[in-house]
Amino acid sequence: MMKRFIALLLLLAYLPTSGWAIDQQLAFDDPAWQNRYEELNAGLRCLVCQNQTIADSNASLAVDLRGQVKEMMIAGKTDEEILDYMVARYGNFVRFQPPVNNETIFLWAAPAVMVLGGLLVALTIVRRRSNLPVGDEDETPAGGDA
Amino acid sequence: MWRFLIPMAVFAALVWFFNQGLGLDPRKIPSPLIGKPAQEFSLPVLGEPDRKVAMSDYRGQVVLVNVWGSWCVACRAEHQVLLRIAASGAVPIIGLDWKDQDEDAQAWLRSLGNPYTVTLVDEGRVAINFGVYGAPESFLIDKQGIIIHKHTGPITWEAWQQEILPMVVKAKEAT
Repeated sequence: MMKRFIALLLLLAYLPTSGWAIDQQLAFDDPAWQNRYEELNAGLRCLVCQNQTIADSNASLAVDLRGQVKEMMIAGKTDEEILDYMVARYGNFVRFQPPVNNETIFLWAAPAVMVLGGLLVALTIVRRRSNLPVGDEDETPAGGDA
Repeated sequence: MWRFLIPMAVFAALVWFFNQGLGLDPRKIPSPLIGKPAQEFSLPVLGEPDRKVAMSDYRGQVVLVNVWGSWCVACRAEHQVLLRIAASGAVPIIGLDWKDQDEDAQAWLRSLGNPYTVTLVDEGRVAINFGVYGAPESFLIDKQGIIIHKHTGPITWEAWQQEILPMVVKAKEAT
């Protein structure tokens, strides 16, 4: 009974906030601009709370950076210019999709390398098994390893 | 034999990587601003809202710009070190009072002592130009107005003596 009550309380505490956008009001009346604003924010890291974007965070720095994005949009800057502005100050780390370069090549290549490595291992095992005599169900390695 | 050694080696390599990763501080983000000119700014002085000080006023001097706020706990720890640096007269410290209430900042300086040659009030715009993401952060700026070093987090006496002071001395010697 008590547990249920506490669970209900927790749920109630969470409910009213879950539907809210991060800003109290929309930044732009025009939905297209609001969309662009949200997309830009979603691509920028909040550097205080490092695994959140500035669109998710209410850290005061994130609020400032959202303000900066909005201001630059109104000033007619392109998405490219706004991202460059942030990168010039905070480095590539500020972007959630860092560009491919010497520093990040390992990051970008790692998934492909791992999948390929896994495939290679799988293939080798399948090959070796298919070389076993037909009907030989127990997997005694034929004559040791290479 | 290899069948066991190779996975063991891969495992050992992973352990080594993760262990290295544990020792890294995720807050130590390299600043792209090192070696670049500090952005020009003009900000009001704490307690004298009508007086403005610009970055260019310090052209020809080596200065340490320290971003702080009375709300910042780590700044309190750093404060004693800043006082010692100021007392040594090695470099003028420009305080950037970031996102703070003027009264709180003034009370802080009254009660803890004031290491700053001048304290400027910034609501966040100048901090963005410096790529600040948390207080305290400090920037060493040379005579040409180039940012030559960034220190993230509180400056300790060791960091001052071993890292920053040698750079100050070198920057002062340069013309």
